[in-house]
Amino acid sequence: MSRLLYLLPLLIFAVIAGYFTIPILTKKDPRLLPSVLIDKPAPGHDLPALLQDKPGLGPEDLKGEVKLVNFFASWCGPCRAEHPILMRLAAEGAVPLVGINYKDRPEAAIGWLRELGDPFGRIGTDSDGRAAIDWGVYGVPETYLVDAAGHIRYRHVGPLTGQALNDTLLPMVEQLRAGKG
Amino acid sequence: MMRNLFLGLLLACFTLPALAVEPAEMLKDPALEARARELSKEIRCLVCQNQSIDDSNAGLAKDLRVLLRERLVAGDRDAEIKEFLVERYGDFVLLKPPVKASTYVLWYGPLGVGVLGAIGVAVFLLRRRGGDAESVTPAPLSDEEERRIAALLDEQDRKA
Repeated sequence: MSRLLYLLPLLIFAVIAGYFTIPILTKKDPRLLPSVLIDKPAPGHDLPALLQDKPGLGPEDLKGEVKLVNFFASWCGPCRAEHPILMRLAAEGAVPLVGINYKDRPEAAIGWLRELGDPFGRIGTDSDGRAAIDWGVYGVPETYLVDAAGHIRYRHVGPLTGQALNDTLLPMVEQLRAGKG
Repeated sequence: MMRNLFLGLLLACFTLPALAVEPAEMLKDPALEARARELSKEIRCLVCQNQSIDDSNAGLAKDLRVLLRERLVAGDRDAEIKEFLVERYGDFVLLKPPVKASTYVLWYGPLGVGVLGAIGVAVFLLRRRGGDAESVTPAPLSDEEERRIAALLDEQDRKA
């Protein structure tokens, strides 16, 4: 018994080492925070339209179907990086996209969309960033998966990647649609 | 020379730490502003993550400072403002984590380790005291042992 006691420090070390090593091995970024709004209703804000020929975002517009809500800004580098993926999603018609233009100058945002293409079905403007705070956004780009009932089901922080889409987001979209139908 | 040095040191005493809080953000009511400063020291900037919003120059930190002041002016209690932020950003937004079931290990773990250590030290000391008592009165040698010693000593004498 007392012999086994000598192994205790080794055991404690193994537990601590494991605790710190596993996130590295699984490539989990500790700076990414889980959203506390998962499975809660998405905040209903009246966000004015950015473009004249495309509607803005009202509290009821997030209901009815599964969709991705993407916070973007023309001043945000990573948004530019993820834009081709959003364009691809729109072209494939995989899932409706809703844009929220975060703390941007409207002219700059419109110019940005003209240059890179506009993948969104609706675009609301959040000029003072208050809506983003209600969504728990802490850095653009962030993308939320909202179900047909208007509840947030998933959050992706940072630029979308093909891997994140194929491994997580699109399967979840399918799942949510199947659950509904 | 000395005088310049002295003046320089004297002036250095009057410098203040650089503040992230911009004058335009500050409230007119000094008491309320003081409360805002104290409260924002407890709120984590989600962008920099190891700074409070009081220290951070990030855009979101500024937005949260302004929001916090608006709510203070509107008459919210400190706890209500914290709750508002936790609802959106989770407990992580508080620099001091709340005491609850999932954080018991964090709050009471060090105390537990200390108690375990104290028990370990106590056991060690008690055992050592017991050990000393034994070594003062060693068990007498058996007849067999006495005979072996005598034989070994004899052998030594013969060799010498």
